[in-house]
Order: sequence, then C-alpha cells, then structure tokens
Amino acid sequence: MKNIKHINLKTICSLILVMIILSGCDRDLSDEAVFATFPNTADIFTDSPISLTDRFFVSFDPALGANPEAFGTDDEVAFEGNSSIRIDVPAPNDPNGSFVGGIFLDRGEGRDLTGYTALSFWAKGSITATIGLVGFGTDFGENKFAVERSNIQLSTDWRKYIVPIPDPSKLVQESGMFIFSAGGLDIIDSVPNGNEIGFTFWMDELRFENLGTIAQLRPSIFSGEDLMEQGFVGSTRLVTDLGATFNGSTGENITVVPAPSYFDFSSSNTNVAFVNELGSIEIVGEGTTTITGQLNGVLAEGSLSLEVGGAFVSADIPPSRDPADVISIFSEAYTSVTNLNFAIFNDPNVQVQTQNFNGDQIVTYENLGFVGLGWDGTNDVSTMTHLHVDVQLSSPTNPLFTVQLIDFGADNSDGGVDDTGGGFTVPSSELSEGIWVGVDIPINSFTEPTGGGFPGSPNLNNVARVAFISNGSSFVIDNIYFYRE
Amino acid sequence: MNKNLNKIIGSLFIACLFMIGCGTDDTQTVATFNNLVAEDNFDIDGQIDTSFWNFDIGDGSEQGIPGWGNNELQFYTNRPENVTVENGFLLITAREENFNGAQYTSARLQTKGKIQQRYGRFEARIRLPFGQGMWPAFWLLGDDSDGSIWPQIGEIDIMENTGDAPTEIFGTIHGPVYSGENSISKAYTLENSRVDTDFHIYGIEWGPDYINYYIDNVLYNQITPEDVDEETDGEGEWVFNDRQFYIILNLAIGGNLPGPPNEETVFPQTMVVDYVRVYTNGVN
Repeated sequence: MKNIKHINLKTICSLILVMIILSGCDRDLSDEAVFATFPNTADIFTDSPISLTDRFFVSFDPALGANPEAFGTDDEVAFEGNSSIRIDVPAPNDPNGSFVGGIFLDRGEGRDLTGYTALSFWAKGSITATIGLVGFGTDFGENKFAVERSNIQLSTDWRKYIVPIPDPSKLVQESGMFIFSAGGLDIIDSVPNGNEIGFTFWMDELRFENLGTIAQLRPSIFSGEDLMEQGFVGSTRLVTDLGATFNGSTGENITVVPAPSYFDFSSSNTNVAFVNELGSIEIVGEGTTTITGQLNGVLAEGSLSLEVGGAFVSADIPPSRDPADVISIFSEAYTSVTNLNFAIFNDPNVQVQTQNFNGDQIVTYENLGFVGLGWDGTNDVSTMTHLHVDVQLSSPTNPLFTVQLIDFGADNSDGGVDDTGGGFTVPSSELSEGIWVGVDIPINSFTEPTGGGFPGSPNLNNVARVAFISNGSSFVIDNIYFYRE
Repeated sequence: MNKNLNKIIGSLFIACLFMIGCGTDDTQTVATFNNLVAEDNFDIDGQIDTSFWNFDIGDGSEQGIPGWGNNELQFYTNRPENVTVENGFLLITAREENFNGAQYTSARLQTKGKIQQRYGRFEARIRLPFGQGMWPAFWLLGDDSDGSIWPQIGEIDIMENTGDAPTEIFGTIHGPVYSGENSISKAYTLENSRVDTDFHIYGIEWGPDYINYYIDNVLYNQITPEDVDEETDGEGEWVFNDRQFYIILNLAIGGNLPGPPNEETVFPQTMVVDYVRVYTNGVN
C-alpha cells in the first residue's frame, strides 16, 4: 500500500511539473484577467449522467402537452459502454402527453464551457424520423445563451450529431446542458393533425467537445436580409431571425439559432435608436440609423435601416361597451380571443410585425398581398351588427383594402364541405396615408367572392378567420372586433 | 521494477505534454532533402515575382483544352482581383462573375521554363478555400518542350482538395495508362483540423524510382514503379526519372472532380500561400 502511495505522489509531482512547464508556454495574462472558477466538465451523459443529480431531466410543461413519462435510460442499448438515454416519442393521442422534450439541467453552480466548440452526441432511431429540436443553453431561467438546432434526421444506426457553440467565450457559467424536443413522425401529410406515429430514439455519449473541424462561422440577423422600416419614437422592436451557420468536418453546413446575447448589436446612430444585449431595439429620437450585429467578431449578414419620423399616434380608443355586445379579435379595449396569430396564412412577400406603444399593440402589414388572422376556436358572430377595424395606410398610392370573414361551418374545422367566406372592400377614397380610419362594416356586407373560392356572404356561426387582401400596399392595423348596436 | 516503469512513464508523459503544450514546430522530420535551391516567400506586397512565375490565362481553349481538360468553369486571369500578394501571402481568389463567357474567375500560376528540375523536394504552406465546387491544387507537370504530350510527360499532384471535404487532401500521380480516373492516388484525412482554417505544409520528396508524400510532419504515402506495375497490371510506365518538372498553383471551380458550386457555396474564396520551396539533396 505504502509503495503505491509513493508512486501516486511521484505521478502527481510529474503532473505539477508538467503544469508549470505548460503555463510557461502561455502568454502572460493581464492583471485584469479574471479566472473562471466553475468546473469545466465535458461529459453530460455516458453510461449515466455525469456531475448531474438524479433530477437532471426537466420536462417541458405537461400542461402544454409534454409527456414526462417518455424519458428514460436503456441498459440494453448503448453506443459505448452499457447504457443510453431512451426517448419513447408518444403518439399525438397519448394521454400522458403528445410530445416529449425538456432540458438537462446542471443543478449545481454551472459549468465553464469556454474551452469547447460544440455539443456532440450519438443517436439512432427505431425509424428514420427527425428530432425537432436539439441544443443547449436553455436553463428554464433566463435562457441567455440558448442555442437550437432544428430537425436532425435520425438513422436506424448510430450517427454522431453536433451543435456548434456560436461563441464559447460567453459560456463561463452555463447550467443548460442539453435541450431536445420531438413529436411523432408524419409520413402522410406533414401537417400536425393527429395522424403521426410514435417512435423510439436513443442518445449516448452526450458531451461538450473541442472540435477543430467546425469552422467558417457565418452569422445572420433578420434572416440575412437588409430591411428598411419606418419607426416611431417610443417604440421597441426586436432583432429577429438570428442564425449562425458553420461548416462541419464532412463539408456540410450546420445552422443553429443562437440567443441574442451571443451577438454584439450596434446602432449607427444612438440618438435615434440603441440595442440592448437581448436584441431589443429602443427607438428614442428622430432620424435614421442602421442596426447591425456581430457574432464572435464576424459581422452578421443582414441589417435593419430605421427611418424615424416622430412619435406614433395611436388609433382612437374604442368606446366602452357591455361585454355581451362585443366579440373582440384584437384590441386592448376588450377581452380578446386567445392565441391570436397575426398571419396564420399569408402571401410570401408580406412583412408582418407587431409593435407596442405604451401598452397599445398594433400590427403592421407591409407589402400586403393577403394575410389571415386565426385564433383558438371559432366564434358565433351572427348576433353582432358590425365588424370594426382601425386601419392606417402607410404606403403612398392606389390602395386596395378588402376585409374577409371565413366561417369553418358546423364541423368547426378548416376544410370539409361546410366552410364559407366572403369579403368587403373598403372604398379606397376613405384611406389616406398616415391617417387612422375606423372602418365599421355591417355584418351582412361581406358579399364579395374570395380568392380562395368562396362565393361571399359567409355563415356567421363559426367564424374562425379575418383576412386582409391588398395590392401590395402597407397598413397599420388595430382594434379588430365585432359589436352590436 | 514497478517504480522504474512508473518513472519512465512519468518522464514520457512530461515529454509528450511538453510538446503538445508548446505546439509542434515546423521541422519536417519526414523530409531529408535540405539543399534549398528556389523559394518564393511572397514578401513584396502587390507583386508576383515573374522571374519565378508565369500566368496561365483563359479557359484553356487557347491551350487546346477548353475547361482545362476537366470541364472546369473558371476563366483564369492575372488581375489583382484574382491573384495578388498581401501581407506576405500569395492570394489566389475565385470570384463569381460573368467574365469572357465564364461564370467564375480565378488564377493559375506555373513555373515552366523558370523553376523546374528533376527530383527534389517541393513543398508549400497553404490555407485552402472551402465550399462545394472548390478545387485547389499544388502540383507538378513534366516539361513538354521535347514535344511529348500528357500523360506521357507525367503529372505529380502534390496536394489536391475538393471544397466539400474540408478535412481531406490527396496526392496523385498520372502517367501513361494511369491517368485521369485511373490515376494512382491516396487521400489523407486530418484529425481535428481543417484545410481551410489552418495552414498546412504539403510536400513531396522525389528521387529515382520513388515519390514520398507528406503533410506537415506526417509521411502518408510512397509511390514507386512497383505500385505503378501493381495498379496497372504491368501496363504502366514510370515516367518520373526522365525529365524536369515544373510547379503549378491554381484554384479551379467546378469540373469533373468536385462538381459545380451549389447555392451554399460562398464567394469569393481565396487560396492563401505562405511560401513555395524547392530543395535538392545535393546528389541527384
């Protein structure tokens, strides 16, 4: 025993000597340097969770359909060693939840991942399905350095997958080790409508790695496009559609979505607008500015040029009414429908954007061809007398503005034989650039046929969509609601 | 015994870590020809040394091989946009632009009649471009001034790469019977490194009846007349003891080997050359 101890001591001495020699090769650190003091453990799961507690898996909220029962380990299947993570992706009608997903959380002080370039793992599926989301950096707290990679294709044999770290220097104390989400495989219509099938996939050797084969970072903001918009003093807008594309060892491009905090945003004129680390652009003055971003020293493709003319003037606040006399789609003045989608369908060229001005949300449709607003459920508006819309033209000439209603019929679902629809065109003489116009359309006036093939004069018992049709004009919209007089 | 073994292991451990810690140096333990006879270190910004290099211009039509014999897509120029020296590096840049009927421009430099020799060590330190359709090469062609034609004159490809494989390079010879798709070739795959982010040293050491291929400090192939015999069932002829060879550096776009660029290919792309050096062993 004594001898062994002696040997160990010698090895330790050698190691210390090595450390001294190694540090001798490094450049000197400045006095300002602060050393990260958090563990840099690379492994997350090999045959068991590494440096994580038994409660390392945190499911997405079951109330939203996540199935916490679908997560486990499998001692029969492993890429290396004797155990792997096993995910049984549920069918859509599974009473325990229709999808599986969550995070692997370091419940300790977090890890220093600055020495790694990627998250990597091996996976295989019972069938060649896709995993909708993998990544890291989500801790169900701030999620400040979240990174997501979408739709990785499984094979029925083990394959290695990587998620590049956009800028490792940011990850000095990270608790979000892994995130994934998967739903059933749809081999029929690629529409989430309940005909998906469950499957199983396994993951093993999940860890952070310092791969020298990931390179050629190309970041992007606003999907790489150079946008031009009008802004208003006092409003905020997010830098959206972030991306970072890397080239992997086999030459394939890998694109991830990094959280805004990986970027350094800047505004060319901070008297007009500035951007914080969360990508929120605050417009503070009149003039023009261009918003750009950098990721790890590389200029991101895409920008936003803002032309700010002044403060935004809101539409008139709608009158107070008995709640029984209103069915509101979109208005702060009334209780509105839930989960409103401002573009549940739209033409490919329209730019849709919502903005907030002192608690008043508006939606803008630039270069509008057509757009449909959808929400949870359907509404019986047959006892209402009018549909109200506040609309402000924001492009110069020859506007066309048609409002349509679509009714899903008795089956309360899109499609089938009982859907109806019709439109009402607002006389263009009523629209004028930069001026709010309150349009009140009698409920039985939606008589025009629609481009979707409905003859007009829709049923009103199961209204599910309000749509706007135009000729490429731009509009600001607020206060969409049905009411009766 | 155990103690001693442990000591040895400990010392080895120290030695290994010491080397890793300080980085590998540039010493080529794989090459033994040390008599430097020609080099271009690209030290003068904005100037290509024309005592060393010639430009090949065009799409190959003038040379009687449109597409340079491989259906390549670029038009070679000697414009600074395609070839220049900056900060001590030769930059060969491929661009996507309509130029004289081609979709892409790039550059090809060679040393015919200027720097050529039989046998020797030829090496260059290069960082390569990336992306589908890139086809950079550092290679040698036999002098054809006696009227012989390819592949009889021989071709030694010291380094080729296709941009869709950023961790793999290959070294190849072409000669009679073994040319084009039937050439004799070997690939080398880098571990945890890439050709487009790091500079690597690509070289051969060539003597009578052998060509040794190396990358950095790794000797990864030797080709001899026996290999030619084996690969060609005795039909091939070793044509590398006959004549002088000259150097070519080029960045081709598309062509039979890499295939055309795709929508993900990023332009412009630049092949960055730190130096080109030629040695003899003072014997041959």
